[in-house]
Amino acid sequence: MRYGYLFTRLAEMLPVLLIVVVATFFLAHAVPGGPFEKDRRMPPEVKKRLEEYYGLDKPLPSQLVTYVGNLCKGDLGPSLKYPGWSVNEIIGSRIPVSVQLGLSALLLAILIGIPVGVLAASRPNTWLDRVPMGFTLLGICVPSFVLGPLFALVFALGLGWFPPCGWGSPIHFVLPALTLGIVTAAPLARLTRGKVIEAGNQDYVRTARAKGLPEGRVWFVHALRNGILPVVTYLGPAAAGLVSGSFVVESLFDVPGLGRLFVSSIINRDFTLILGTTLVYAAALLVLNLVADLAKAALDPRVARGGDR
Amino acid sequence: MSAPTALGPTETGWQRFRKDRAAVFAAWFLLAIAAACLLSPWIAPYPYQKQDLALGAVAPCASHWFGTDILGRDVLSRLLQGGAVSLGVGLVATVVALVFGVLYGVVAGQAGGLVERAMMRTVDILSTLPLTLIVILCMVVFGQNIWMIFLAVGGVSWLTMSRIICTETVSLKNRQFVEVSVALGQSKVGVFTHHYLPNLAGIIAIYATLTVPGVMMLEAFVSFLGLGVQAPMTSWGLMIKDGADIMEECPWLLIAPSVVFALTLLSLNFVGDGLRDAFDPRASKK
Repeated sequence: MRYGYLFTRLAEMLPVLLIVVVATFFLAHAVPGGPFEKDRRMPPEVKKRLEEYYGLDKPLPSQLVTYVGNLCKGDLGPSLKYPGWSVNEIIGSRIPVSVQLGLSALLLAILIGIPVGVLAASRPNTWLDRVPMGFTLLGICVPSFVLGPLFALVFALGLGWFPPCGWGSPIHFVLPALTLGIVTAAPLARLTRGKVIEAGNQDYVRTARAKGLPEGRVWFVHALRNGILPVVTYLGPAAAGLVSGSFVVESLFDVPGLGRLFVSSIINRDFTLILGTTLVYAAALLVLNLVADLAKAALDPRVARGGDR
Repeated sequence: MSAPTALGPTETGWQRFRKDRAAVFAAWFLLAIAAACLLSPWIAPYPYQKQDLALGAVAPCASHWFGTDILGRDVLSRLLQGGAVSLGVGLVATVVALVFGVLYGVVAGQAGGLVERAMMRTVDILSTLPLTLIVILCMVVFGQNIWMIFLAVGGVSWLTMSRIICTETVSLKNRQFVEVSVALGQSKVGVFTHHYLPNLAGIIAIYATLTVPGVMMLEAFVSFLGLGVQAPMTSWGLMIKDGADIMEECPWLLIAPSVVFALTLLSLNFVGDGLRDAFDPRASKK
């Protein structure tokens, strides 16, 4: 049954990805201007030859068929803006950067968000609850594109602790990961608090306390284990938030990741690169959501037995 | 499992809302901001696009409360005009999201069975996709047309709404007053306008208030990347971007729009949470 579920979910992804490809394909080609109309004016014959070479002179549907055909072989096509580079190579070189950044931000969010949420839930409506929850509300309303510049202003330009931009050494890592992590930690902490308070009213928590378990164990083991299911589910949307956040943070701190690549590929009208990045993002999010669902099933056997829910 | 307005607790809902000081204060704050932005052509101290290159960027002072930018444009006037755009996107896109989300949710809930499951599964799948990327593409495709920005942002923000409305519709569908009017031969549209809409109104209002900040965030985010609202128009997101570009020399250009934007989002969240607690006690206890 578990394998059947997994199979259904995986099989569902293929048509979804196909729809994403088709939609992005037509949208990208509807963008005014083309990849060869940017910098210097090139002679019309050269442009014509280039378009012939990349197959851009053919009607859109036949271009789409060729693209999907190559896609099935795992080939995302050549980049139009960076001659001699394939989209696979470019994306491949950017993925590790974005994954490093995304994972450290997610880890940071979990390490901050969940303990803060549990702590606030264990003393509801005291200053231990109100102060951190006030900060999380601020964290929700101050988006990454405000927090990032502020961090750069204070910690890089003001105090000079970290470099304001660039990539390469671990120290470059701190500000972007912190920005993304805090923005993700805030809703996580609020969600954890709500769910743990709810779980804390249950009988088994009272039992745990009645049999004399230390308070920390009651909250972090008994209440959290049951309150954490929605939190795990939230990690799917959180990953989506990290993706959009990474556009901003990567552009802001000059991090050579996938997010900045997507933005620049749109500006360059690099059709194949736009399609490739969108596809990679869509696939990554679909897989992450599946992982979140499987993790939920692993944490709560009832979910696994009930199938989908 | 009853709809919040079924027992007619509208008055008590307002009374509960009025007791929520933070929410009431936030609501007045929002009204003030919205009124100021709306009236900006008349009350702004300077025309928002008027440049004064000789003046350049000056820090906040008596004649320019929030300073000026590098082209000598008054920041306060630009904040008001940008606010009209940001709030406008927030409102219009939310209305688009509402209409679509409510219709989709009601149709799914009313159909039930396999159709409902397929429609809701579609929503589930859609909400896992990187919709921001699609919005960005749409904005580039449709260029500077601000109405297309409204549509694109609204077009991806209806998912949560449709899910909530679907659940509510399912619970309404089996209520006796609905069954009676169906038995009396009222048309589907009639049932929708006479029974579903009034009963769903509360929950729609609540989630509309909670959709606005998300929508404004999306617009600001795309404008921040330089792909949304284009000069000479401005929005808070674009102003934050312009401020971030030269924050070292003129920090007020970053701070003023950031603070206004954050305060507005904060107020919207307060009002939304307050409305939800007052009118839908079920949801806040969940």
